[in-house]
Amino acid sequence: MSELITRRTILAGGAAGLLAAPWVARAQATTLRIGMQSILSGPIALLGTSSRNALMMEQDRINAAGGFLGRQIEFVFRDSKGQPQEAARVARELVNSTGCELLVDAEASSASFAVQEVVRDLGVACIHTNSETSSLTADPKIRAPTAFRVARQGVHDAVAGSIYLAEFAKVKKLDKWATCSPDYAYGRDTTAQYLQFFKQFKPDIEVIAEAWPKLGQPDFTEVITKLLQAKPQALFTLLYAGDLSAFVNQGNIYALFSQMTVATPNVDYPVMAAIKNLPAGIQSATRYLETFPDTPANRQWGEAYLKKWNERPTNWSWQNTVAMQFYEKAIKQANSLDGKALAAVLTGMKIDTPFGADGTITMRDDHTTIGYAIGWGQTTPKEPFIVDVKAADWGRIIELETEWKKQHNYI
Amino acid sequence: MDLNALGACLMTSACVVTQTTSGLIVGMLLFLVAAGLTLIFGVLKIVNFAHGTFYMLGGYVAYSTIGATDSYALAVLSGALAMAVAGVLFERILISRVYGANVLMQLLICYAVVLIFDDLVKIVWGPEFHAMGMPPAFQVPPFIIAGGVVPPFYGVLVGIAALIAVLLSLGLSRTRFGKTVRAAAVNPQMVSALGVNTTVLFAVVFAIGGGLAGLAGALAAPVRSLSPGMGFSILIESFIVTVIGGMGSIAGALVAALMIGMVRGFGTIGFPGFTDGLIYIVMIAVLVLRPQGLFGRRL
Repeated sequence: MSELITRRTILAGGAAGLLAAPWVARAQATTLRIGMQSILSGPIALLGTSSRNALMMEQDRINAAGGFLGRQIEFVFRDSKGQPQEAARVARELVNSTGCELLVDAEASSASFAVQEVVRDLGVACIHTNSETSSLTADPKIRAPTAFRVARQGVHDAVAGSIYLAEFAKVKKLDKWATCSPDYAYGRDTTAQYLQFFKQFKPDIEVIAEAWPKLGQPDFTEVITKLLQAKPQALFTLLYAGDLSAFVNQGNIYALFSQMTVATPNVDYPVMAAIKNLPAGIQSATRYLETFPDTPANRQWGEAYLKKWNERPTNWSWQNTVAMQFYEKAIKQANSLDGKALAAVLTGMKIDTPFGADGTITMRDDHTTIGYAIGWGQTTPKEPFIVDVKAADWGRIIELETEWKKQHNYI
Repeated sequence: MDLNALGACLMTSACVVTQTTSGLIVGMLLFLVAAGLTLIFGVLKIVNFAHGTFYMLGGYVAYSTIGATDSYALAVLSGALAMAVAGVLFERILISRVYGANVLMQLLICYAVVLIFDDLVKIVWGPEFHAMGMPPAFQVPPFIIAGGVVPPFYGVLVGIAALIAVLLSLGLSRTRFGKTVRAAAVNPQMVSALGVNTTVLFAVVFAIGGGLAGLAGALAAPVRSLSPGMGFSILIESFIVTVIGGMGSIAGALVAALMIGMVRGFGTIGFPGFTDGLIYIVMIAVLVLRPQGLFGRRL
């Protein structure tokens, strides 16, 4: 066994010496490596793959425009499978061994918190592109000097969704609600967050039934029949991806959607495309929609993505694109790749982008983005899948976010 | 715990009908998967950990068939038949080599098959979930019976599963083949010595087991999401069914599957958030009173 390892080590070393070394030396002079890590395999691989697709389009665009500081950029993609300890190891390796000078952390929340600590330690510039957990940047104890977030945020979504739903409930006179969310931290916490704001805007709503199916549960029949028994006027659900699809299909045969209005923030393009017989009239947030904001730039980007990858972009795709737009402007302005120098210019920076509510997105001084497009509308079985989209009021979002931050002693 | 809600539910016919049919559908689909599992264990003493894989593949084969032919009947048939064939191949190529071997070796082979096929499914059908969608014939409003809601599609599924249960028990008790199977379960050496070709017999048992799991996967495909690894979630419940019913007993599997269905149906009203725990409590209660399971033979 030890002989085998020695032989392999020698072979590997030899190969590296012969082939890689001159190439690395040449590459370092010209190519700028950017590390990207995410979940690239398993049931939620879409998170990583749709992020990677967007970044590869950005790589082509930026290189065609001359790269960063005259150097061509090259992404190094790594699969952490979403495990925090693996994510921390990968982040360190990308910087220390692979020679990446910038990081794009496209992990889901649990792993992003691990990456955050590595970034704090290394001092390299990093943009989190997929973590929606508010405390990552809202909590000053967790915020890191050179780490930023370009992604939607749980608290923003909860405020925007609750305002929309409270208004909708008032107009349609929907007072009796039920909830049905996956039985783990995300489902429980986020449902509570929505309900807290929802009750603030419409104090007379009453939650008459709650269902907590397990994540990945194959059969939702007993949940659906329980909801039918409870006879709520409306249902709020945080089920997503395959679970949402199964719930909709099983709910359809009980005619669930004709008996109550359904609201969910989790309908993304691939989900809508995969659910056959998507019922019309589900109240839904737009995570990414080609028609919202309804601008030529947004549509062009969505079409270019579809053409290149033969599938539609996700919410994660636009977030990664915007991260690169921030890097592009910041590097030009700072004329440097240094973490501290970039952090100084990124803070408070405003960029023009198709994904902003008013064509711009701002990096606030607490290292998180505001002003991105958030809307709610209702589903329709055919394209564009969500219609009658109403844009959220960012003034109110920020006002209530500030209140929420005070409650948690973040400010 | 919400015993008031449970009490209120039991007092109204609408709730009782709806939750009973909901328990029935969950239980009957579970029975189809568990029946194959318990049959294979009864005859061959193999704990087939790869059984959920047949369920998953049955669903995926049906998904592809409906895409090509637009026929749900063909989709179900192809899912079941393909898995019957797969069951024979699985038994001939892999399992036949480890009869009588260390149980860990059998476990290892089954687990390898689970992992390999989960990955193959990702390569062939992609890592994302798929939804088959409801066949147009069943896109109809549900029946209202005594105020309760009963979807026609589930009526058909329960009917098919009940038919299978009858055929299976008649087949095992009345036919020559069934008698041979039951004899082989008790004493395979003697059956072999009497001139029965046990090689064929064992392969057929795996064909039936695989076919039933494939059938369940295909039948449920219109309402459940297809995703790599989906076989695992159903496997655990199938094991609970075989343990409660008695390892090797088809009748036991039926009763136990219906028990679990009903615990789910009514547990979700009386004990929301503890439905899964309730299933294990039922299992513990049965095992304390009858360690061999409801219909199991004392070992």
